[in-house]
Amino acid sequence: MVNITIDNQQVSVPEGTTVLDAAKQANIKIPTLCYLHLEKSNFLNNVASCRICVVEVEGRRNLPPACATPVTEGMKITTNSKRVLSSRRKNLELILSNHPFNCLICAKSTDCELQTLAWEFGINTQRYRGERATHEIDKSSGALKRDPEKCIMCRRCEVMCNEVQTVGALTAFGRGFNTVVAPAEKKPLIESPCVYCGQCVSVCPTAALTGVGYISEVWDALFNPKKKVVVQVAPAVRVAIGEEFGMQPGQIVTGKLAAALRRIGFDGVFDTTFGADLTVIEEGREIMDRLKSGKNLPILTSCCPGWINFINYHFPTLKYMPSTCKSPQQMTGAIAKNYYAKKMGIDPKDMVVVSVMPCIAKKYEAALPYESTHGIPDVDYSITTRELAKMLKEGSVDLKNMPEETFDDPLGESTGAGVIFGATGGVLEAALRTVYEKYTGKTLEDVNFMAVRGTQGIREASIQINGRTVNVAALSGLGNARKVLEKIVKGEAHYDIIEIMACPSGCVNGGGQPYCHDRDEVIEQRIRGLYHIDRNQAIRKSHENPSIQKLYQEYLGEAGSHLAHELLHVESHN
Amino acid sequence: MSDSVKNSPCCDLTGHPSFQQLDSYIDALKIDKESPRRKDTLIQTLHYAQNLFGYLPDVVQMHIAKRYGIPHADVSGVVSFYNYFTTTPKGKIQISVCLGTACYVNGADKVLQEFEQVLGIKSGQVSEDGKFSIESLRCVGACGLAPVVTINQKVYGKMKPGKVREILEDFLVEHSEKEEAVNA
Repeated sequence: MVNITIDNQQVSVPEGTTVLDAAKQANIKIPTLCYLHLEKSNFLNNVASCRICVVEVEGRRNLPPACATPVTEGMKITTNSKRVLSSRRKNLELILSNHPFNCLICAKSTDCELQTLAWEFGINTQRYRGERATHEIDKSSGALKRDPEKCIMCRRCEVMCNEVQTVGALTAFGRGFNTVVAPAEKKPLIESPCVYCGQCVSVCPTAALTGVGYISEVWDALFNPKKKVVVQVAPAVRVAIGEEFGMQPGQIVTGKLAAALRRIGFDGVFDTTFGADLTVIEEGREIMDRLKSGKNLPILTSCCPGWINFINYHFPTLKYMPSTCKSPQQMTGAIAKNYYAKKMGIDPKDMVVVSVMPCIAKKYEAALPYESTHGIPDVDYSITTRELAKMLKEGSVDLKNMPEETFDDPLGESTGAGVIFGATGGVLEAALRTVYEKYTGKTLEDVNFMAVRGTQGIREASIQINGRTVNVAALSGLGNARKVLEKIVKGEAHYDIIEIMACPSGCVNGGGQPYCHDRDEVIEQRIRGLYHIDRNQAIRKSHENPSIQKLYQEYLGEAGSHLAHELLHVESHN
Repeated sequence: MSDSVKNSPCCDLTGHPSFQQLDSYIDALKIDKESPRRKDTLIQTLHYAQNLFGYLPDVVQMHIAKRYGIPHADVSGVVSFYNYFTTTPKGKIQISVCLGTACYVNGADKVLQEFEQVLGIKSGQVSEDGKFSIESLRCVGACGLAPVVTINQKVYGKMKPGKVREILEDFLVEHSEKEEAVNA
């Protein structure tokens, strides 16, 4: 243990502790900006680029950054001397001198860490006015927006992209004042290996990285009397959107959400978990086929477009492995525009499908030319959880005080299996519940596959199905996916089924979810919320969903049928 | 960026023999792709590659990135940081104007301006026909001759803006004589 003094308090901390963490133990809050530590995602940014956390150490001439300075025996630290406070303030003002002052029209306003800090410091004037860097906004991907003028060079996005996700899309390009965080050779994102997972968005302290917004397009559709506008909501949204309305993380607002969506004018309020159940049936069929033939194993899930982009770019030789199933978002859209539209006598061209997703990559997926049926896109606009919260606020809908309503039939009926798609391991568990019963003909007594749950990046299990050992894994975070895929390429790992989610912990931690502090804790609570819904659902196996059964009887025939392939599968995911 | 993209169709380097040379250079470094310190030799490899190709276009950067097991973005970041590295191809006649202290105080900036005006390109650019390129550098170690200009390794001292046209013409004559000799 190391004994130190912080603001005249004696503190004893383990060797290697930073001044910042030691101060936390003594209940002293040192302000930070660039620093960020997310234990569950294995993310640490302590490059000390912002110099907001500087402190005074007796005997040292300069002011070291608390986030990157380890304690030493007998260290005497002052966190709030005149010199410290005025340095911090000056550093913040210098950062602000090269930052736009248009907070009122900024997407990140009230969620911006720079804005919060300026407010906490009582910044009330622009003391320094000098040259301002000018950069173009990059919306080339239609999914992820880069606005480098709002960048404060904290480098969190680089650490997330290159070290945690191992995507390698971002670098600090250039030198000094002209440096800009951008893809290689300052190319637009669409020409970079970016997979649009949006994890950079979730760690960006400002609005330098955000999603490309489609709120005004959705309002236009809603107010267009010629259009039938239907909406679908992803599972992870119902345990997170409450946070935007002052509710606790993980609080389940499914019923309130259905009511709220109706209030702002959607003609049909559907549940993406219906598409999730459908995915289980279609993918389950593929799993069984591949298990029986022993060919093209392992089968990899294809629900997550960030992950699909990743395999396309980084492991092109493994492209045959992912399931050919479209994602639940696309399946729900395809069924809405074909089956449901036909039932209701609506021309698919007059129908607008909006999806509410915890995700940035879903925007990219929805716009892909082959994610369509007969040339009509399955999904017209994909908006994030955050965007929907904004729409509800603009539409005078206070989610907290909404009554409990239900989704519309038939694309509103779902099972517990569909709901847990929102957490890492959920797709695999849902598939196993169905595959086990279909494969063995026996009833699965305990539907809980606890081994594939949790937030560790790599979870493995072996399951006995009809005397065959099926080796499965659930991976979350693309860095973990890379580790396992590299082993597969080298022939060092053998699995039968692998679920992969681009975002650490899965969709609950997606790039489109409400911004949060204490993220590790918030993610846990959202996951708990999803499993709570599953536990209390009457039906917990996808193949027992009555609306899904009816869909096959009335329309699709059987899993893997010609029509199912036309609507619910792709030839290849690129 | 725009320069390298614009220039890439004219300078397709796929299958360029220098890649083999670059590969044997990298082979000799015995890079451990798993090591967190694998980037340690990146700068020297970039130097070597720029000497081979004359510049560091995307395809060369990506090749190096692949050999090092790092993203292209990482390589691009390093290339963009150092003035010495360039993603613009150099002309057949490469004019380098020293802007080191001694040269600068003796009017090197005006010499550079004159070159830019006469050739119609800016420092760091290459003329459309690929013949000329201009760059500035810091000190060639001949401060006694300030301001100093080098054209393809040949050194011209005590430069004045008024002498720019003259030495360009002289160099062109010499250059074409050499080319003729080679062709003959």
